[in-house]
Amino acid sequence: MKRVYVNEEWCLGCHLCEYNCAFANSGETDMVKALKGKPIFPRIRVEGENLIHFAVSCRHCQDPICVNSCISGALSVKDGRVCIDHTRCVGCLTCMLVCPYGALSKGPEGAVQKCELCLENACGEPACVKGCPNRAIVYEER
Amino acid sequence: MKQYVIIGNGVAATGCVEGIRSADPEGKITVISGENRPVYCRPLISYYLEGKATPEKMNYRNPDFAEKMHCAYLYGKQAVQLDAKTVVLDDGTVLPYDEVCIAAGSVPFVPPFAGLDTVEKQFSFMTMDDALALDAAVNKDSRVLIVGAGLIGLKCAEGLHGRVASITVCDLADRVLSSILDTRSAAVMRQHLEENGIHLLLGDTVSRFEKNVASMRSGTEVEFDVLVLAVGVKANTALARQAGAEVNRGILVNEKMETTVPGIFAAGDCTEGMDASLGQRRVLAILPNAYLQGRCAGINMAGGNAVHDRAIPMNSLGLLGLHAMTAGTAFSEADGGSMVEEKSEAGWKRFFLKDGYLTGFMLLGDVDRAGIYTALIREKTPLDSIDFAALKKSPTLAAMPKENRRKKLGGVV
Repeated sequence: MKRVYVNEEWCLGCHLCEYNCAFANSGETDMVKALKGKPIFPRIRVEGENLIHFAVSCRHCQDPICVNSCISGALSVKDGRVCIDHTRCVGCLTCMLVCPYGALSKGPEGAVQKCELCLENACGEPACVKGCPNRAIVYEER
Repeated sequence: MKQYVIIGNGVAATGCVEGIRSADPEGKITVISGENRPVYCRPLISYYLEGKATPEKMNYRNPDFAEKMHCAYLYGKQAVQLDAKTVVLDDGTVLPYDEVCIAAGSVPFVPPFAGLDTVEKQFSFMTMDDALALDAAVNKDSRVLIVGAGLIGLKCAEGLHGRVASITVCDLADRVLSSILDTRSAAVMRQHLEENGIHLLLGDTVSRFEKNVASMRSGTEVEFDVLVLAVGVKANTALARQAGAEVNRGILVNEKMETTVPGIFAAGDCTEGMDASLGQRRVLAILPNAYLQGRCAGINMAGGNAVHDRAIPMNSLGLLGLHAMTAGTAFSEADGGSMVEEKSEAGWKRFFLKDGYLTGFMLLGDVDRAGIYTALIREKTPLDSIDFAALKKSPTLAAMPKENRRKKLGGVV
């Protein structure tokens, strides 16, 4: 299965992936309207300071502990992808307590959000990868 | 064709079904369900009271689960006898088995309170039936008394908050959530609950009930309309004892979920397995453990080779807007432990260290990315291999060695 991988040697730390992610998942068609002056809720996060930078998003683990731990049945695996049903999530945050990557976060409505590889939104392919200026984030089979 | 019997139909039993089917697509699986409904998300019953979860959204698996797993469910039945070859049900049915898993969970523990039988509206808070009954019994004028300020009692209080006239919670312990929070952390949660109108009577218990009045040991009298008993739970161990398996507070299991009797497995809240953070066996009645133990048991019952050896206590719970997360073990100084505290505007973190490892933590308010901390406990990462000073402020993979990161972010995990 294709996944998002990062190469920290090439990451500039520009945080564009975070903006592209938040925009792709906002449901808006205009980036300025979606993001300007608002708190943004990206599902990818650029870490590090000074010389080292890299982006972290859901690894879509083969045996995801978040899914195994979910108390509400909101998290599930669909064709290898870890997906969340926002209508079932009660915001208990157990998934955030168990994910070793810190890849899940509280969304704007209280339910948890996570990377679903942009297959649930209008983008259709990972927006973080598409917008990465230095190809530090890639979407491929490994 | 192998015959499997699973006693119980909660999360551990569901994990067991999935574990068996991952290794044996053919064998006959029979699940004995005491409750008269398909497996549901038990921890959601407080969200049901609160109106945040509906029964339709509380099913733990899709409606076609039984069919997909081709698995027979016997609803409303109890296993009453277990020997080396058969399980006997309360209706006299005898089920022969090759492999059996006891996933019978736990039941509320009710101490013998004087005068309890004079209380008309009294409830436990463990099952969907309990939640439905409590839901029907309360109204906006109800004064509710909850005995027990643990996870169950306080989630029940949250579920009823705003729906009733008053909520009083008492506990014999001198703090709230005494099983997962230390004195200082519990004091923060206590203040938050009291600010939100929950009346707490701690270090106090009911000495006598007389109809709608509870006389407390302290001399206080509490008038109430509805009583919820959430003192604690005890593991369902009767069948395991009967079958000759060793039992302490729960059914003793090894890392393969085998009991001390060959062919009899056990999983979930009824068991006592190894706590990797404590280095000793204890009952870990939490949902993730139930699923993982159940699945491990299922795989091994079907002849596979699974091990579940990283279990630690983990709890994440929000109460009226303040979120608490805890994991692992807080060793006291007498046991060689030490504590590091980190305060910020976002919240309060307490880390418990021993012998150069993180063994536990308690977070209040600031819970983002807490799983990075949990992984340090579960994976037993030596703290001298990472930048813990940076990490305790903010959980980040940047504090990990580069090679470790390359493997985790650059490969399939």
